[in-house]
Amino acid sequence: MDRVVELQLWQMAAAYIFVVMLLFIARIRGISREKEILISSIRMTVQLILVGYILDYLFNNINPLNTIVVIVVMEAFAIHNIIKRTKEKLSKPLKKIIALSMTFGTLASLIYFLLAVINISPWYDPRYFIPIAGMLIGNSMTGISLGVTRLVDGMDSEKHLIESALMLGATPKMATKQIVDNAFDSAILPTINSMVGMGIVFLPGMMTGQILSGISPVTAVSYQIAIMLGILGSVSITVILFVQLGYKTFFNEEKQLIENE
Amino acid sequence: MFKEVKYKDILNIKHLSIKKNNITCIVGESGSGKTTLLRLLNRLISHDHGEIFYHDQPLSQIDPVKLRRAVTMLPQTPATFSGSIKDNLLIGLEFAERPLASDNELYELLKRVKLNKELDQDAAKLSGGEKQRVALARVVLMNPEVLLLDEPSSALDEDTEHIIIEELVNYTRKRGKTLIMATHSKKVASQFSDQMIEIKDGKIINGKGV
Ligand SMILES: Nc1ncnc2c1ncn2[C@@H]1O[C@H](COP(=O)(O)OP(=O)(O)OP(=O)(O)O)[C@@H](O)[C@H]1O
Ligand SMILES: [Mg+2]
Repeated sequence: MDRVVELQLWQMAAAYIFVVMLLFIARIRGISREKEILISSIRMTVQLILVGYILDYLFNNINPLNTIVVIVVMEAFAIHNIIKRTKEKLSKPLKKIIALSMTFGTLASLIYFLLAVINISPWYDPRYFIPIAGMLIGNSMTGISLGVTRLVDGMDSEKHLIESALMLGATPKMATKQIVDNAFDSAILPTINSMVGMGIVFLPGMMTGQILSGISPVTAVSYQIAIMLGILGSVSITVILFVQLGYKTFFNEEKQLIENE
Repeated sequence: MFKEVKYKDILNIKHLSIKKNNITCIVGESGSGKTTLLRLLNRLISHDHGEIFYHDQPLSQIDPVKLRRAVTMLPQTPATFSGSIKDNLLIGLEFAERPLASDNELYELLKRVKLNKELDQDAAKLSGGEKQRVALARVVLMNPEVLLLDEPSSALDEDTEHIIIEELVNYTRKRGKTLIMATHSKKVASQFSDQMIEIKDGKIINGKGV
């Protein structure tokens, strides 16, 4: 680790020249984005510094309770984010399904990943637990967000076809198969695509970080492969749970489409 | 048979019985509640007062999916599913989880609804009236006990309408089916129906011909 260049404060400050540059360009071109640029730069800085200190604290105070609190906060934040980011109006049962599939899907794959794949001990070791949980939850969040939008849009725009299928004696499952499949497909597509470009088009953030902090590229790569597969698993489990349970919330027990009033 | 049935403030039926193996036409001005009545029979919506009976069994005690496979409805705006004409005809049988029909039967069926088209043609490119006939053929192919047809000929010219409805009536009589049809055409209603139900503002004002 002796080759690692510790960034000095002034070096970090030097990187802000890029923000100044962008502000300058925006000013000259008359693009009124200064406020957003400033706010997002400041938010990024403050949030990361905070996270740095929090992680530092957690790594020095290793106990299961801390780890559990962190994962609960992460899940809650992710679920809140999915619901807030969706423009469509979501029914209460659907929100519950989002929370349920997010929690269950990410936790199941996280536990498998930590215990069977990496085999960490103790199980709550924050140095592994937290970053890996973050990656699984973050990617699953993006996946479900896409799935939610697709499902809700589809149920709305194809209402007539769904109803016509019901009239012919289709079960809700048959009537919505196309929409459910589409939602699943569009939710996992980004994850699949990102695997294709991996290593060629871009170096994933986690690996870059590890390499910069002095770990051998080969070790970094093997972690990256494992985590990519973990992400794939977590996204698929959460999304399949969501669509399989989610479409049902649009029907009542009499197999009728629920009217939203 | 209907007893004291209410649906929101749209329909209010004291008593109505629709005979088996008969052809029943529902007439009434636009917005009077014809579609609502058919949807109740298909249990696509549920009445919130009273009870509807099918074969002396309350509708609420019949499994909705099973009911819809026996009492099948054609919506007012015909649905066209993505795929070919063949896909569109067979999808009803698929939904009902029944064995599919052969191409010969399908061509036979198309002939009966006066559609001279190839089975593999894209259904999305059909005209409005052609789509309506495909949707009608789909219901007929399912061979349900009761056919609930919501203005099955609204997009057809008068001559084609006459041919199709006549064909439909023959089919119903020959196979001993029950046909319940909402229609705007007084001519069709008076010519073919055994029973005519007239609705006004959600109330039955005339149930003659029983
Ligand atoms: N789900 C619903 N919620 C509220 N009002 C409804 C609903 N469905 C139908 N209506 C209203 O009930 C009335 C009857 O509608 P319905 O579709 O049964 O008429 P209809 O006789 O079939 O008319 P048309 O001949 O134009 O098809 C209309 O005023 C309609 O606006
Ligand atoms: Mg109508």
